[in-house]
Amino acid sequence: MREFARLFAQLDETTSTNRKLDALKTYFSQSPHRDAAWAVYFLAGGKPRQAIPSKLLCQYAMDYAHIEEWLFEECYQAVGDLSETIAHILPPPVRQTDLGLSTWMLEKIAPLRGATPEVIRSALFSFWDELTTPERFLLGKLIGGGFRVGVSKLLVTRALGDVAKVDNKLIAQRLMGWTDGRVTPTAEGYAKLIAPKSDQEHSLRGGQPYPFFLAHQLSAAPESLGNIGNWQAEWKYDGIRAQLLRRSEQTSHQTYLWSRGEDLITERFPEIAAIPLPDGAAIDGEILIWIDDHPAPFADLQKRIGRKSLTAKLLSELPAIMIAYDLLEMDQKDLRHLPHSERRTLLEKLVADINSSTLKISPVLQKPTWQELAQLRQNSRALGVEGMMLKAVNAQYGVGRTKEVGTWWKWKIDPYVIDAVLIYAQSGHGRRASLYTDYTFAVWGEDADGKRILVPFAKAYSGLTDAEIAQVDAVIRKTTIEKFGPVRSVTPSMVFEIGFEGISLSTRHKAGIAVRFPRILRRREDKQIQDANTLIDLKNLLATHELSN
Amino acid sequence: MADLVITRKEGLYCVPGDFYIDPWRPVPRAVITHAHSDHARIGSQHYLAAAPGVGVLKSRLGNISIEGLAYGEQRIHNGVTLSLHPAGHVLGSSQVRMEYKGEVWVASGDYKVEADATCAPFESVACDTFITESTFGLPIYRWQTQQDIFDDINQWWRNNAGLGRTSVLYSYAFGKAQRILHGLDASIGSIICHGAVEPLNHAYREAGIRLPTTKMISEVIDKNELKQAIVIAPPSAGNSPWIKRFGDFSDAFASGWMQLRGARRRRGVDRGFVLSDHADWPGLMQAINASGASRIIVTHGSIPVMVRYLQQQGLQASGFDTEYGDEDEITTPVAEVKSQEQPNPEKPAEAEGGNDHA
Repeated sequence: MREFARLFAQLDETTSTNRKLDALKTYFSQSPHRDAAWAVYFLAGGKPRQAIPSKLLCQYAMDYAHIEEWLFEECYQAVGDLSETIAHILPPPVRQTDLGLSTWMLEKIAPLRGATPEVIRSALFSFWDELTTPERFLLGKLIGGGFRVGVSKLLVTRALGDVAKVDNKLIAQRLMGWTDGRVTPTAEGYAKLIAPKSDQEHSLRGGQPYPFFLAHQLSAAPESLGNIGNWQAEWKYDGIRAQLLRRSEQTSHQTYLWSRGEDLITERFPEIAAIPLPDGAAIDGEILIWIDDHPAPFADLQKRIGRKSLTAKLLSELPAIMIAYDLLEMDQKDLRHLPHSERRTLLEKLVADINSSTLKISPVLQKPTWQELAQLRQNSRALGVEGMMLKAVNAQYGVGRTKEVGTWWKWKIDPYVIDAVLIYAQSGHGRRASLYTDYTFAVWGEDADGKRILVPFAKAYSGLTDAEIAQVDAVIRKTTIEKFGPVRSVTPSMVFEIGFEGISLSTRHKAGIAVRFPRILRRREDKQIQDANTLIDLKNLLATHELSN
Repeated sequence: MADLVITRKEGLYCVPGDFYIDPWRPVPRAVITHAHSDHARIGSQHYLAAAPGVGVLKSRLGNISIEGLAYGEQRIHNGVTLSLHPAGHVLGSSQVRMEYKGEVWVASGDYKVEADATCAPFESVACDTFITESTFGLPIYRWQTQQDIFDDINQWWRNNAGLGRTSVLYSYAFGKAQRILHGLDASIGSIICHGAVEPLNHAYREAGIRLPTTKMISEVIDKNELKQAIVIAPPSAGNSPWIKRFGDFSDAFASGWMQLRGARRRRGVDRGFVLSDHADWPGLMQAINASGASRIIVTHGSIPVMVRYLQQQGLQASGFDTEYGDEDEITTPVAEVKSQEQPNPEKPAEAEGGNDHA
């Protein structure tokens, strides 16, 4: 625990990639495999289920520190992180301990899941008795399930690759599925992760997917990409990126559906799991709700994911399909090194052979010039897609967001834009704790008497620089009308340009509409609040949006 | 009996004594608790301060009419018995004790209860009413002992020196910088001070405080010396051409605000050392208890929290609004946002190195 806390502090306190890499390498080369296994799990983004409800954790921390709830709340508002708040309010430890990370996870924390409040209370008190502030902070993260650390998965694979003297890409491959939560990290698992490359690599893979190849944002004109003939264009669908694969172990055959977030979601989509894929094949694609030969809005897909049980009604109302983008494996062979055009040929043949209504190939969009392709792209909204993908025809299938072996570009359409007024603000978390960074925006509507009022329609928090945040924060503090817990209402004075991707009717929102991916594009200091857009403007957008769908 | 001290638009005002404590507007008579720029402002006719602080005050406020009072020495003014007592904050910092018709009030200014070698240690003064600061008035602020922090700083410096990389440590020019200097292990390498820090080092040395040898960048002839050096600079020097000369340096910031991860990450330095010249939460409570006061008036920092908490402890507590920093400063070191547009992000309106809320 102490070593892992030290590693965490080192990763946390530097922004230098090299120093982070050094810290990781030092940790991995010095830690026992059983602890390193858990460290990899957390650093790669593993999120164990919460072992103790936050409410109990807070309650017992207040008891331990003799602090009342209101004071705890004040502290939390200043810190912006529950584990950190708890770590800071507790009085100093009374004794010392140095147990390894795996011991903590397996023997100390795991048994508390579902334990009685009395057991949890006395366990927490004994933990806090022997841990220092950084360790207590980490403990809170391990218990609360909210562990995040400022290190990319790529950097973790680099560190492991360097320490084990194994190719990073092979580490990345083996790391797929590590954070799934179904498998407990073990010393044996870690040993396999860093083992030298073997001939059995494929069979060792089990049901694990390949690392996804990710696209870069195209901000320049497409002409900058050169000859259009070197690029394959496809629609960019707005669903869940996923890999469908079928593997066999001895005599058992199994289909796996993995999301890009490396969650195994086979059971969520039985119609896709039923696609008769041959053994030893892996398709990269997008899960979509498909109605009347069109992709349905993402909101419909969310309804499928959110539901606990899949009823026959739901399955018939919101049928899912997979749009196939790429073929990564065929006949138990890894195809990722082949050029895109060759993989595409094989993919087309496979999809045709399977001939399933729930597996469609992503159509290739062919135009002789970039200009004509750009024109076609204008139809994106009408077709319910986010724009286009441009894939280099000679690109291999890379690992992650890379340009090493050829490039994929996402060429998205411009967002919808609305000028809106900031009316509520809430303080942020983490780096933005104690700053007002999360805003609610409103547009002009009318009340029952026809009086002009501001109606909230979206929350957004990204898009401003630190300097802009500081300015907005200062205005918020000066113009606060009322505080309700962490939220402040302010005298409307600031106008922002808000961008969003989609718009739909909603009964859950006051304005009667919901927008997808709202974010701040810029502050409009040149505009008065009277100049902001209206609810009617929004509803007009909705009308054109629905027309196009 | 009427209150001995009230707030006026000019500052804290002792009614029967007819003088101000740390006024933020020019007044005829000002008692100054310490020379940080939000407590010691220019323009008043007569100043009174603790004798060890007079040198620094003069260097900051120029040619002023000022009188120094030894710690503990009594002065009767308009029937008020006035004396100054060490506050442990910076060189020459004091608490102001006022006694009138048997009632005793103490105004703390800024204070720190842990003793350090660069100023007289905080002295608890018994009183009926204690006016306390509350910069770090939340239970999340608990300091480690300063030796631990100095060890961390020296270790960081040693590691950097081993890698041939300059260590740049940002700290407030007056007080914090000298406290750090005193804690540095000078055997590691050269100590270079920014132009805003060096004059204060002289003032400290003249007051008899032992500091290691320091030099200005202009005195460095062999550039290789920089690789093992530590540089002490005010936060305003960050992002400046002055700092760029050190090339691949590691930077750090020493401040109580560095206690919180969010503030550390906003600051964007490699290391944040939690070193403050203010009392932490246990320190504030210790000072309040030790004063024996039944009435507590809370100023600048975390006023509502402290007032509510102290009331729950059975004390008569209320707040004073002052211009030493507003209520939000504790929860929002907005000033700490790193920004190119504001060369001195601590308090843009003020001269460099003059602000000291940490």
